[in-house]
Amino acid sequence: MRMSLAQKIISKAANREFVSVGEVVTAKVDLAMIHDSGGPRRVSPILKDLGANLYNPSKIVVVSDHFVSSGTESGEKILNFTRDWVKKNNTTFYDSEGICHVVLPNKGHLRPGMFVVGGDSHSTTGGAFGAYMFGIGSTEMAGVLATGEIWVKVPKTILLNWHGKLSKGVMAKDIMLYLCGKLGMDGGKYQAIEFMGQAIKNLSINERMTLSNMSAELGAQVGLIAPDNKTADFLTNIGANPGNWKNFFTDDKATGIEKHNFNASILEPQVATPHSPSNSLPVSEIENTKVEIAYIGACTGAKYEDLNIASKILKNNKIHNKIKLLVAPASLEEQKKAKQNGIMKIFEDAGAFILPNSCGICAGYGAHRLDPNIKCISSTARNFKGRMGDKTSKVWLASPATVAATAIFGSITDPRDYLLN
Amino acid sequence: MAGKIFLLGNDIDTDQLAPGRFMGQGIKKLSEHCLENAYPNFPKLVKRGDVIFGGKNFGTGSSREQAVEVLKFLKISVVIAQSFAGIFYRNSINLGLPAVVCYDNLHVQDGEIVDFDLKNNQLNLIEKNKSIKLESIPTNLMEILNDGGLIPHLKKRIK
Ligand code: SF4
Repeated sequence: MRMSLAQKIISKAANREFVSVGEVVTAKVDLAMIHDSGGPRRVSPILKDLGANLYNPSKIVVVSDHFVSSGTESGEKILNFTRDWVKKNNTTFYDSEGICHVVLPNKGHLRPGMFVVGGDSHSTTGGAFGAYMFGIGSTEMAGVLATGEIWVKVPKTILLNWHGKLSKGVMAKDIMLYLCGKLGMDGGKYQAIEFMGQAIKNLSINERMTLSNMSAELGAQVGLIAPDNKTADFLTNIGANPGNWKNFFTDDKATGIEKHNFNASILEPQVATPHSPSNSLPVSEIENTKVEIAYIGACTGAKYEDLNIASKILKNNKIHNKIKLLVAPASLEEQKKAKQNGIMKIFEDAGAFILPNSCGICAGYGAHRLDPNIKCISSTARNFKGRMGDKTSKVWLASPATVAATAIFGSITDPRDYLLN
Repeated sequence: MAGKIFLLGNDIDTDQLAPGRFMGQGIKKLSEHCLENAYPNFPKLVKRGDVIFGGKNFGTGSSREQAVEVLKFLKISVVIAQSFAGIFYRNSINLGLPAVVCYDNLHVQDGEIVDFDLKNNQLNLIEKNKSIKLESIPTNLMEILNDGGLIPHLKKRIK
């Protein structure tokens, strides 16, 4: 029987030959990820109430990222609670090493064909590795931690086919912001989105992660990308086994498929105006909007590739004197690699402030939360009102390239101008 | 149990069910504003056992569980709709409120008395002496609903 990639992974997790679209099945979870904010402090009272133990601590990964360097007493308490819980329960734990959606795959936990849940809405990031990974709330998570299972409704698949070639300086983030504007924040209808086409094949794993990550902004349950040689190489390089990745793709003429075509060659850098990712516009339509803070951070905007392209733009340039550039590399590992390759030095020379490897102001925490009336351009995923600080602050979303170019120019600008010369 | 139908349109979102500006003020306060634009006076008119009958994409919007909790608080017995937004559907089942798909909304009227028959997947239209077919709820979800939601279901399983 022909199946979509989503169907194939779910049928494997449900131990079935075939599952049909719309069917509700109970699936075994290969891995569960929780973080300091929605994790131990929320699930432990529920587990207590249930009188349940963890079904398998070796299939649970905990990451502390949200309250790391939050600069609050309550944040410290939450971190300590997380540490104690992990010790008691013997799960894998990455403490203050970076943002969960970046740390998890970099440590080799996500592999093609896995069925994974995460206690965070951007858990869709796992789709970039051909894993069926989605976010759930703490009640459902407690259930998963106790039983190792969850029910899932087999989704339709919405294929987003990007043919053509992105021009230099146009990034996965631009694709995503464009899609948010085009399809709206419920365009994914809680079904499976699958990215495909030549432009997606050309993207690096880091860039693919940005697409899968922000599938959450499209309201999809998952944002899948069929694994290919790049996926296998990435995993092999970090010492993980890519397994039988070649089995995981959407069959020709599988049922329940809706397909949309887009041309990557004509895509301009995109910027989403306050207060929604779906307010996206081509950068040329809002050039010269003045901002005071430029932020390169978050799981979707400060991975190695993100830092790399931003540094190419900043090289031999100084930040505009009215702008503060903040850079929070998504993980310790990415920062190390960026340092080795001279990228961190470029940021420092240009006059950027380097912040800890945590969610930071993307989650509204830390010393650099946006003050009243501040205007900020940011490489993060969401620009909802008040998310990154004061209610009166305003956030424009853009690619790390556009954020870097804006930091030099002083107002929103097209990064391609800086890459040509 | 018999109750009356509250007929609603398409795309009833979580903000109409549980308005964001009253979040954090408790479920009672939230419920007083449930559907205030889509169905004025709904909280005052609704009685135990009544039925919501929505159009397409019911419960679209945020992942907030309160959108289901207010309906439970107001003693709604079932939410029927032509289709549901995914997260609302998950939350509804997990909180023990039956969410049932029914494509045929042409033969029901707002305010008419109906009897929701979960076992036989049908809605009996008492006054018309007729019944319409509902899509069946998958057995694994039925187990959760019969136990009153995910938490009581897990409690039973773990015991
Ligand atoms: S960086 Fe932002 S979007 Fe990513 S996990 Fe942290 S808070 Fe969420």
